[in-house]
Amino acid sequence: MAKSLFEEKLNSGKFIVTTEVGPQKGTDTSEMVHQINLLKDKVDAINITDHQSSVMRFPSLGGCLLVAELCGEPILQMTTRDRNRLALQADLLFAYSRGIKNVLCLTGDSIEVGDHKEAKSVFDLDSVQLIRMIRTMESGKDIAGGCLKGNVEFCIGATAHPSADFIEPQLIKFDKKVESGAQFIQTQGIFDLDALSRFMQYAHQFNVKILAGIILLASDRMATYMNNNVPGITVPPNIIEELACVEKDKGLKKGIEIAVRLIKTIKEENLCHGVHIMAVGREKLVPEILEEAGIMT
Amino acid sequence: MIVAEQKSMEEIYRICSPYEKILILGCGTCVTVCDAGGEKEVSIIHSVLDAAQARTGDKPHIFSEYTVKRQCDIEFLEALKDKAGEIDAILSLGCGIGVQSLAEVFPDIPILPGVNTAFMGASREWGVWDERCVACGDCRLVDTGGICPITRCAKGILNGPCAGAKGGKCEANKEMDCAWVLIYQHLVHLGHLERMRQYYPPRNFHTILRPRRLIIKTEINPGGK
Repeated sequence: MAKSLFEEKLNSGKFIVTTEVGPQKGTDTSEMVHQINLLKDKVDAINITDHQSSVMRFPSLGGCLLVAELCGEPILQMTTRDRNRLALQADLLFAYSRGIKNVLCLTGDSIEVGDHKEAKSVFDLDSVQLIRMIRTMESGKDIAGGCLKGNVEFCIGATAHPSADFIEPQLIKFDKKVESGAQFIQTQGIFDLDALSRFMQYAHQFNVKILAGIILLASDRMATYMNNNVPGITVPPNIIEELACVEKDKGLKKGIEIAVRLIKTIKEENLCHGVHIMAVGREKLVPEILEEAGIMT
Repeated sequence: MIVAEQKSMEEIYRICSPYEKILILGCGTCVTVCDAGGEKEVSIIHSVLDAAQARTGDKPHIFSEYTVKRQCDIEFLEALKDKAGEIDAILSLGCGIGVQSLAEVFPDIPILPGVNTAFMGASREWGVWDERCVACGDCRLVDTGGICPITRCAKGILNGPCAGAKGGKCEANKEMDCAWVLIYQHLVHLGHLERMRQYYPPRNFHTILRPRRLIIKTEINPGGK
């Protein structure tokens, strides 16, 4: 039996679509609720980010509870940046007890890129160790060997970086994630489909579902900013040029066009198992992107 | 070696201000090499502090200077015992270990730190020092091509790179190389890439419960035989 609805969909052979919602800074969840309601029936699962870019926000776990309450399928993003192994295990126990059964295991961006630069980084575990820790918990034991009362079972995901400029060390890390128990991969933002194809040639040998990361760009300026400031994202010059060529207020329209084109090509050419759309604050446009890409979930 | 950086003269002057007779004490080992607290710096600080109080007109402080071979070795501090009666405070230009050794040997004298102890590192070029070891107590350099990921990766992770590096530079500090790119390249060079493919379990922080104490395990037999 599948561990979660999302795992069932991963195994169904259909083209998978996930997206993500970034919680607000503060307790007013109305915008997040609105976004979840807008997206929950259009995608196979919704990631809730975990202090993305190391900026303190409402927690991923809280956002996932909202998704579950609103009858959506949540993916708990969990970084090792802010919590040690005790806190991570405790949060996983709580998540499972409340019906959250998908988890995306991440190391997390550096504290340096965020808004609490004076904070202490934790990184007690890395993403590979986090995956293994969850698999250990599934065997009924915590990672200190203590018995767990009540079982846990998670559908585990991780990330990969097919466009990295030093790809070999990234592939070694990818191997370790899959060997440790990752069932699905949501990649970093992809713009170069040749890089995705090369990655897939390698990844096909593993039993893991690959969802290509699609970032919605709104302007050439945003792309350049991301290149300079956002870890793991590299927008290639041809895409920046494409965005720069349009009139000033048409950047977002072009960004949507690029995202739609990437998704359509990935699906039509069967490049990988699905997509993960990162709309970076423009989540309300995700249904439009999916519609234009001809995707019905 | 231990790398330190001199505190600003404003801070040094401020922490000295409550005391009249102050010994400026250098250390002849690590901080001498990194130009933070050796005999030369003692002399410069002495001159600057003298000049600073000369400008104000009144001269509330009497500075003296001295440099020991190592402030962290209590035996080298013996020489200061004669001076202890004549001073109200010691401005130590030694590292944090030197400051604490002095505080232990001279419990009645306030010890004022004149440098910020930065890290354990090596000289990259003249005047530039890079951190190389965090003294984790569980050395794994055999598996990482002699490049320490715990020290040189901003996240200290053990199973390969995060996705943040661009052009081989770290996401946390674009001046610094991604340790995992360096490790990968060096393991390829050595023909030991299989070491990077291994899974490394979570670190055992129990080995570094602070404060640590190391007791030498070899038998000490001063009489010989």
